[in-house]
Amino acid sequence: MASTRPNQLFRNKSAKIAAIPMIVTALFVFVGGTAWTIVYSFTSSGLLPRLKWVGLDQYERLWDTRKWLISIENLAIYGLSMLILVFVIGFILAALIDQKIRFENTIRTVILYPYALSFVVTGLVWQWILNPEFGVQNIVRGWGWETFTFDPLYNAEIAIFGILIAGLWQGSGLVMVLMLAGLRGIDQDVWKAARVDGIPAWKTYLLIVIPMMRPVFITTLVLVVTGIVKIYDLIVAQTGGGPGIATEVPAKYVYDMMFQANNLGQGFAASTMMLLTVALVVIPWAILEFGGSKNRG
Amino acid sequence: MNRYSKFLAATAIVAASSASATELEVMHWWTSGGEAAAVQEFAAAFDATGNTWVDAAIAGGESARAVMVSRLTGGDPMGAFQFNHGRQAEELIEAGLLRDITDIAEAEGWKDIVNPSTLLDACTVDGRIYCAPVNIHSWQWLWVSHKAYEDEGLAVPTNWDEFVAASDALAAAGKTPLAMGQQGWQQSGAFNVMFAALVPSEIYLAVYGDKNAEVAAGAEVARVFAAAADARDMASTSTVQNWNDATNLVITGQAGGQIMGDWAQGEFAVAEQVAGEDYSCLPGLGVTELLGTGGDAFYFPVLSDDAQIAAQSELAALMLKPETQVSFNLKKGSLPVRGDIDLSSANDCMQKGLALLADGALLPDTNMLLTSDTTNQINTLFTEFFADASISAADAQADFVKIIERAE
Repeated sequence: MASTRPNQLFRNKSAKIAAIPMIVTALFVFVGGTAWTIVYSFTSSGLLPRLKWVGLDQYERLWDTRKWLISIENLAIYGLSMLILVFVIGFILAALIDQKIRFENTIRTVILYPYALSFVVTGLVWQWILNPEFGVQNIVRGWGWETFTFDPLYNAEIAIFGILIAGLWQGSGLVMVLMLAGLRGIDQDVWKAARVDGIPAWKTYLLIVIPMMRPVFITTLVLVVTGIVKIYDLIVAQTGGGPGIATEVPAKYVYDMMFQANNLGQGFAASTMMLLTVALVVIPWAILEFGGSKNRG
Repeated sequence: MNRYSKFLAATAIVAASSASATELEVMHWWTSGGEAAAVQEFAAAFDATGNTWVDAAIAGGESARAVMVSRLTGGDPMGAFQFNHGRQAEELIEAGLLRDITDIAEAEGWKDIVNPSTLLDACTVDGRIYCAPVNIHSWQWLWVSHKAYEDEGLAVPTNWDEFVAASDALAAAGKTPLAMGQQGWQQSGAFNVMFAALVPSEIYLAVYGDKNAEVAAGAEVARVFAAAADARDMASTSTVQNWNDATNLVITGQAGGQIMGDWAQGEFAVAEQVAGEDYSCLPGLGVTELLGTGGDAFYFPVLSDDAQIAAQSELAALMLKPETQVSFNLKKGSLPVRGDIDLSSANDCMQKGLALLADGALLPDTNMLLTSDTTNQINTLFTEFFADASISAADAQADFVKIIERAE
């Protein structure tokens, strides 16, 4: 009996057939749509797409527009602060809850609850809380501290941090739950061994537990980062981009261009730049993460 | 068998009766109280012709326009839809998606009855007519609160210069001289009103009509920017967002006045204020009395079903009939598009508007001259300008020149 290896293409035939619709969707909708968008970003498409080439005009205009530059800056400030703070807050909350406290379920539910709200609700709630006339400022002044000022949403310099507060309030719960799941996955023997060796708890967390939680961190990172890049609804609900254009973000710029200014070409150019930014971060990471695995394997 | 044929006959009857009353889906964004009442006038008149008006209202002009365009381009056209006439529909016409209704316009004699004729011009592309204008809305009004001034023992201003002169006294009394909602369209709208009222119309037309960047960089336009900087100072204590909240500051006498279009009148009417006693309306800021002729129009997509096409024709003709024009515009608070009808029941401010219309003291609306891309950029510029007092009038003008240079 000639033992030829079965053709690789026909192994797991049923699984591959089942995956065909998804592969086709991915190719045509995602890759095709992306390519189409990039091609049309070099045209002067207005309300409707049309193939009238203008070269790099749309990109020149994009980088000459203050609204876009402010959008990028805001995304960078919001993204970095959000990334760092949401991990720190989420992990600390998870570590605290992991101390076998009473009413754990209740507390966990309360902290996770904001995540069940849509960004629109979150945005509106925080717009009210941060409104100087009937929010925090008014309450503190009511206690007698007459000169207290806290109006981030009305101060162009710090308005983006008003958004950050709302984003953190909403996002921390999810990170906490994921971290908690990761912590529960750590074998209790690790803790016992660390205790026997006399390693303090904070050191155990930092040097032993966190490195062991790498998969959880990566999942959380992907969730948090995609949430940051696509931020749009929170801004629309909370500030509408204001005061002035102080809290504009790239996704909102794309929407404004495509559906308010009826300038598809400019919107496509902006979304291509967003894609490029994400690709610059994701591709090196993907190569490091997956490219080396075969050698390690 | 017998039962089967009965069933067939029954369905045939149902089909026949539904065919005689053609359903026409009409999309618009008139959802506020007065607007909905006005559109109901159209619906009732259309139903009376034996057809059926299928109302498809979407709140908010921007989202409504996005839905309309995607349905048109996606090959699922509605029967008719509302749009601001002017340059927004240009590309849809170029793409052949909208029906040429020149034959209806000629049969109804629109060329002779539509006043001012620029309204019909805005519907015309290459000599063919593509839309039915239904009303005129003008931006160029300054609404002044009598209470705000009388409380402080000041004379109620009758023009922009007096308004600016009185602003310090009003501000000293803790009132906001100029109420302004913090939204780009309101801020750039106010700028365009100052532009139309404070410098000669030729300048306005050279900048917005001919896109002449040299004129835009000139001294006349610099005066408008200086006035806008004044307005920014006067509005610095106005923190409201929506235009009607700003109007409410004027109604309650917390603010001296507001630059806003004639739709603000509805708010005064709801608050039971009387024009000339509780508030004044100053067209053209009381300086140059003229009106812009913006407004709404209905467009009709290209359809294939004959019955629907006939219904479209009927609707288009109906919208400009004298009776529908009167009932619609009284509810909407806008001016009718034909000069030959009686609107004696309209209030003082509306009468002022009608008089200006009759005199022909008119300017084309920015929507007719500028693409939405340019309008959007100007909105952004003024959002920034009004929010940040550190931007000088000269810097803003330099940005403005750049936008005009880029405009098509």
